[in-house]
Amino acid sequence: MKKKIGVYICHCGGNISDYVDVERVRKSVEGDEGVFLAKTTMFACADSNQKQMVEDIKDQGLDGVVVASCSPKLHLLTFRAVTERGGLNKYNYVHANIREQVSWAHSDDKEGATEKAIKIVKAAVAKVRHAESLDPIEVKSTKAVAVIGAGVAGMRAAIELAEAGSDVYLIEREFFVGGRVSQWDDLTLTEESGKELVTRLYDSVMGQKNVTLFTGAEVVENSGSVGNFELKVKVTPRHFKLQCNGNELQKAIDVCPVEVPDEFNFNITTRKAIFHNFPSEYPQLPAIDIKNCTRCGECEKVCSAVDFSQKTEYLNLKVGSILLATGFDPYEPPKGEFGYGEIDNVVTFPQFKRIIHYCDDKLIYRGKEIKNIAYIYCVGSRQVDGPNKYCSRYCCTSNIHAAITVKKKYKGIHNFHFNRGIRTYGKAEVWYDESSRLGDIYLQSFEHDPPVFEKQGDKTIVKIKDVLTSDRELEVAADLVVLVTGMVPRKDNSIGNLLKIPRGRDNFFNEIHMKLRPVETVIDGVTIAGASQGPKNISESMNSALSAATKSFSLINSGELQLEPTVAKVNEETCEWCGKCDEACPYSAFEKIKVNEKFIAKVNAAVCKGCGMCLPVCPTNALQLIGLSDEDVESMIDALIPNY
Amino acid sequence: MAGGKVNNSPKILVFSTEKISDPAIDMAGLLKLHYPPTVYTIPVPCSSTIKPRWILHALEQGFDGVFIAADGTDCPYGETCTETTGQLMSVTQQLMKDKGMDPARLKMAAICSVCSEPFVKHVKSFAEYLGSLKNKTTC
Repeated sequence: MKKKIGVYICHCGGNISDYVDVERVRKSVEGDEGVFLAKTTMFACADSNQKQMVEDIKDQGLDGVVVASCSPKLHLLTFRAVTERGGLNKYNYVHANIREQVSWAHSDDKEGATEKAIKIVKAAVAKVRHAESLDPIEVKSTKAVAVIGAGVAGMRAAIELAEAGSDVYLIEREFFVGGRVSQWDDLTLTEESGKELVTRLYDSVMGQKNVTLFTGAEVVENSGSVGNFELKVKVTPRHFKLQCNGNELQKAIDVCPVEVPDEFNFNITTRKAIFHNFPSEYPQLPAIDIKNCTRCGECEKVCSAVDFSQKTEYLNLKVGSILLATGFDPYEPPKGEFGYGEIDNVVTFPQFKRIIHYCDDKLIYRGKEIKNIAYIYCVGSRQVDGPNKYCSRYCCTSNIHAAITVKKKYKGIHNFHFNRGIRTYGKAEVWYDESSRLGDIYLQSFEHDPPVFEKQGDKTIVKIKDVLTSDRELEVAADLVVLVTGMVPRKDNSIGNLLKIPRGRDNFFNEIHMKLRPVETVIDGVTIAGASQGPKNISESMNSALSAATKSFSLINSGELQLEPTVAKVNEETCEWCGKCDEACPYSAFEKIKVNEKFIAKVNAAVCKGCGMCLPVCPTNALQLIGLSDEDVESMIDALIPNY
Repeated sequence: MAGGKVNNSPKILVFSTEKISDPAIDMAGLLKLHYPPTVYTIPVPCSSTIKPRWILHALEQGFDGVFIAADGTDCPYGETCTETTGQLMSVTQQLMKDKGMDPARLKMAAICSVCSEPFVKHVKSFAEYLGSLKNKTTC
């Protein structure tokens, strides 16, 4: 039983103290059994307070510490480290959450919030009274990382990890690397094109001996945990031999009778069942889209590299950490949104980029030359009624850049930007400035008053009540309407479901905290990078990829991982081996041993994950989870008990 | 603030799970989704961890109800979790019946890591139900 417990109650600026009377909380616990000192502090996590805590632990000889502040997801590790710096074993620290689960949740009831905070701090004190010093469990970790997605973020992360000395399995679902960036030509703020950037990264990935790239590959099963994940990867064959003659390939493409919409060009063109998205795409080996292939055999007759005998393979990989860089989908407007799918000269921004790619000296769409272009901003982003409340960040900049490209590339182009406020943040402001100087017209309305469309002959009349000219009604006869669509999470979330990665309110993968624990997920050992986490431009994606690579590497670098020692413990006296714990354990952490002529259960601490599934099934209550014993839980319940 | 007002809302003990439902309860606070302040949470690693004796202890010592914010199919520890937690609930409810307690004072629902709104909805309706029980007993 502890006698010198230190309790620190945080104001969190005013996040807590605006709703919880922290002084009353302090007073109500200072006299509790074992409490030696109780203090309030403006910011418990501030350096000055951490130093003060270290001094208190050392000078006053504290034997237990409680901090009542924000969620343990943010600062449990911070204060465990403070406790350790004070010379006390870190498991003598207990965290009380009085922000997310008290002051914020009950900001409508200050009295109720204060009463609740008092009980929660008392429960934490009750728990710390029985806390024991523990040593972490050390397990070996596999020095390899699986990077899922070989777009620019995934490739950048793979290079970083390989240079640091880790083995990397780069797993790409498509047959070609580069993701969305390979679909773009000009990039903003750099002379490099999307394809050149992908080429540079691909060359660098291939130059790393310890990176293995799998294309046409998907993770289909996952087991294990941080340090030792086991992944089952399904690799779909390309049906092409490694050496492929260019002339024969062209003949094979020509004879292929199948024609399907080309997703690479956002369905504005078609492709054959034998395909590569563009001639120099990596890996430089075509693939056969077996779902659409009719197996007519014509290609085999003209191209010796076609090989229909290739079979789907399954590989088992062992990795210490998983880095997800699965990217985004462009928003696809439903039929009828701003005339999409109904009016034939309405296209999305990604389609527009592909149209520019295919038009050399004249901008032509559906056989007509384009002169007047109306751009409608924030389609699928900053939605008033829809689920996508967020700004997609890249679209204003990218679209204005494309509008400048169009104006410079073709003669007689007039750009009309129907926007809701332009967000060309950072250095991208130069493009906004250049486009204005080139004579682009900017018309603005608010979210409740979007532009309206009317089809007149081969033109689309776009009308707006323009707030920049005192709500004057203006109209533009557009040859082409470009819906500047944003980013949405990948439609196919199979990898997220498999690894149980929570999604945020925006439906992208959720990092634990954008400032305190970015790129980490609640699933230990799984990090997230790039646009899988939320809308990002290329440089932001690269930054998060480097961050995720560093985080993943830090988990596997030493080859050993320290795991929580909160594992199950068997009471040898009361255990009468019945095997129920063994049946309940998903990890086979129990073994049957003989002690003093009696069979009992023994826990393998390195295998036990501390899930506690064995606890309730024991008929003699011989199992306790360290840190969550009956005494811990029941003393907390007693402290929380109503006093009316 | 120091009014000493007695809060008569039913007192509910929530067993949340560290990785899944506790983040949802945190997020309910972040979103300022209010629920009665007489709802207290003890996080456990997994909903299959909860011993029936803890639930009975809480109910016997003065909690009006116990709510299990279960992992459901999101449990990071194994697919058996939903079934196991369900079995635990029926065992506990039987024990409650044996002791003459209303088994409806124990409630379970799957709360995913972003299910903040469902959590608030569940505890509010549970509090209403427990409140009606309280009124019946006092009448």
